[in-house]
Formats: sequence, structure tokens, C-alpha cells
Amino acid sequence: MPQDALEYKDRDKLKKLMYAVGKDGKYTGVGSAGWEAENIATQQAWDVIEEELAETAQKVKRGEVSPVAYFMLKKLMDVTILARYVGKWQWQVKRHFKPSVFYKLNDTTLEKYAAVFGITKTELINFGKEKPL
Amino acid sequence: MNNINFQHHQHAHCESGVTANLLQHEGIHITEPLAFGIGAGIFFAHLPFVKVNGTPGTTFRTWPGAIFKRVTQRLGVKIHAEKFSTPDKAMKALDEALSAGKPVGMLSSVYYLPYLPEAFRFHFNAHNLVSYGKENDEYLISDPVMEEATRIAYGDLAQARFAKGTPEPKGFMYYITQVPKDVDFAKAIQQGIKQTTFFMLSPPLPWFGNNAIPLLAKKIKIYPQKLTSRKAAIYLGNIIRMQEEIGTGGAGFRYLYAAFLQEAGSMMKRDDLMEKSKQLTKIGDEWRNFAYLAARQMKDRKSDLVSFDELSEVLIQIGQKEKTFFKSLEQLKW
Repeated sequence: MPQDALEYKDRDKLKKLMYAVGKDGKYTGVGSAGWEAENIATQQAWDVIEEELAETAQKVKRGEVSPVAYFMLKKLMDVTILARYVGKWQWQVKRHFKPSVFYKLNDTTLEKYAAVFGITKTELINFGKEKPL
Repeated sequence: MNNINFQHHQHAHCESGVTANLLQHEGIHITEPLAFGIGAGIFFAHLPFVKVNGTPGTTFRTWPGAIFKRVTQRLGVKIHAEKFSTPDKAMKALDEALSAGKPVGMLSSVYYLPYLPEAFRFHFNAHNLVSYGKENDEYLISDPVMEEATRIAYGDLAQARFAKGTPEPKGFMYYITQVPKDVDFAKAIQQGIKQTTFFMLSPPLPWFGNNAIPLLAKKIKIYPQKLTSRKAAIYLGNIIRMQEEIGTGGAGFRYLYAAFLQEAGSMMKRDDLMEKSKQLTKIGDEWRNFAYLAARQMKDRKSDLVSFDELSEVLIQIGQKEKTFFKSLEQLKW
């Protein structure tokens, strides 16, 4: 049973139970701190998110996408999931990625996004702005 | 509210774990491997067109909810299961069931379970757990992946039960209402195995069952032509994560099913089942080897330590071996 602990986002705090064959040929449940292959995959999944988050933050600053795209990634969501949370169609959410559309949204819609992202409306619209509105 | 005297046991997989814990509470002696096998939990599917966070879907087990349903049906256990339109109604129904002394199984999203390590907390909406009581505004939780029982705040549990996305739990909860005096494990084991071989061998579609293994092999072979090296690494990473979904030992539930066959064999005094268990353990080792090679390829994208051709070839071999294996399982005499 591999015991490759990964000290990342508390992964090493949980020992999972796995079934393995003992010396007597019998299966038993054994605690495992982790396994190298799994750790590489877990770490990669998070690295991808961090990379995309940093890229998207830059895009928001350059005015290429709206803060909705950034906070969606931060909450580990995709368009399908976010659309369900805010009660919109996917094409509407995609439209709200456009800064030209986003900054004209009404307060109700902005409040909805902010609530889903767990931030205030002001934090949402000011994200990536050098001079806050 | 009187709390229920519930024994928490850690298990490898959430649904077979919850099923075993709930049945044990009712006095039925069932282990997790038995629940997994009777519930025909093992499976394979690869759906290139169903993208989850932009990555094609791969699974090594049956769809959520199936194990509990099948096991209770096969053992003649009566259950109550319900979905809800609002979190308020769902939480009220939970409180009522707990007051009536029933430990309650629920579907939840791991994203909203603060007691889990953050590393696991993606929007995965088909996680099973049990609540067996309430103290102040906290629910007592037996989550099979955890070593110990834990607790969760009302608000977090309500959010977890009403997570959005695919699938949506909609507050789904279930509990046992009646258990028979005697349970016929032999018959249930036989039914479980028959269903497993049927699902593995019969689907005429390329995406489900054994057919999907060579399909995935074919796809992996063309990753270098079709995808950027970054994307190819993400796709491989996702397969590994599905293969090691919480606690399967990296073999995509094959060890868990082999443990079932062994237990069934010793229960029914059948050497043929014991032999099948050994064979599947070997196939499980090959799945593990595949995950290991895939991880090496992912980690060092530029080097050609392990080529995509090689990964594809390993999978084709596994697919053929599993086909032979499940065919021989299908031909067992009962």
C-alpha cells in the first residue's frame, strides 16, 4: 500500500481506505496517505485552475473579458454550472463575459452573480480596475 | 432530538460505504465489497462528447444511486427515497426522519463539505453521506470516506444538498423502512454478478461497458495529433483521477470488485469465485500500471519516457483481458 503523502490543500490530512491483498491472500481495507500517480493528477488539476485564473485576471485587466469569467473559475465552475446557479441560459452567461455587456447589466443581475460568488456587487464590478468605479 | 446510536465505518467508496453502514445499522451483516458487488457497482464508460469542465467523461463505476437501490431490492429491504423542490422542505424532512430514529442517506456536492480536504473539493455532486443526528444547529455526519464521524452546519448541508450542475441532487435522501427476517445473500450475489456481466458485455454502443476501453485507447493514441500537449495532459489527468476516485487504490474499483468476489467465494464455498478474484486482482494491477505510466507522461510532457502509443497499447491489452474475464464470469454455473 503506497503512502505518498501530498502536502497540498490538506490532502495529507485524510487517510483513505483502500482494499489490498495481504500476505495470506485475503483482501482487507488499509489506510493510505496517497499515491504518487494520484498526487500528480490532483496537483495538475489545481495547477491548471491556478494558471487559468492568473491568465483570466490579466484578461480582465486588459478589458478582454468581464469579472464574471474570473470569479466563475475562482469558484471552480464552468458555464453550465454557473448558468444553473444564477438561473440564466448558458448563452446569456457567455454574453456576460463581454465587458461591453457586463458593465451595463442591471443591479438585480449583478447582485445575483455577486451572491453566487460570495462577494459584494462592488467587489464584482471593481475587480481588475485600477480606478474603482 | 434523540441522537441515534450509529456506528460509523470508513469505506473506500461513498455509495457502497453508505449502503453498508445503513444496512449494518439495521442488523444486516454486510461489508462494503459485498454491497458493491450485489449492487453491480463496477462498470466502464467513456463519453468523448460529454464534457465535464471541458474534459471528456470517463467512469469506472455505475451511475450514482444505483448501488443502494439494487442492494436493498435484492436483499428484500424496503426503503423510502425522496427528492425535494426547496432546501427548506428537504431539511425539514431530514429533521423529521432523524426524530423518528432513522439514519438518513443523502446525495451532496463535495464542494460544500468543509470537513473534506480542500484538495478534493470540486463540484462533484453525487457524493453520498449519512446523517444520524442533530445537535444545536449542526448535523452529525457519517461520511464513508472519512476516518471518523464528523459534523456539518445546517447552511453547508443545505447548500450541499441543493448544489447545481450535473447531476443535481435536489435534496435527494433515503432511509431504510423495513428489513426482512432473513436475507438470501447467495441469490443477491448471483443477481449482482449477472447484472455486472450483462452491463459489461452487452451494450451494442461503443461508449459503455467493455467496448469503451478500446475506444478510449483509440482516442489516447491520437491525443498528440488532436490536442495541445497541455490539453492532452489535462485529459490524462482526469482519467487518473476517475480511476482513483476517493479510495479505489488506483485500479478503478477493480480491487474492490475482486474483494467482493473473494468474499462471495468464501461465503458460498466456491473456488471458482476465489479464482476469479485472483484474476481480477491481476487486471487491477494493470490498471494501476496504466495510471502510473499516464502520470509519468503527464508530469514530463516533453520527454518521450512513455509515449501515447504505449499508453494506448496498455489499454488495449487491459480491454482484452477484461473481456475474457467478464465472459468467463458470465459462464459460471449457479
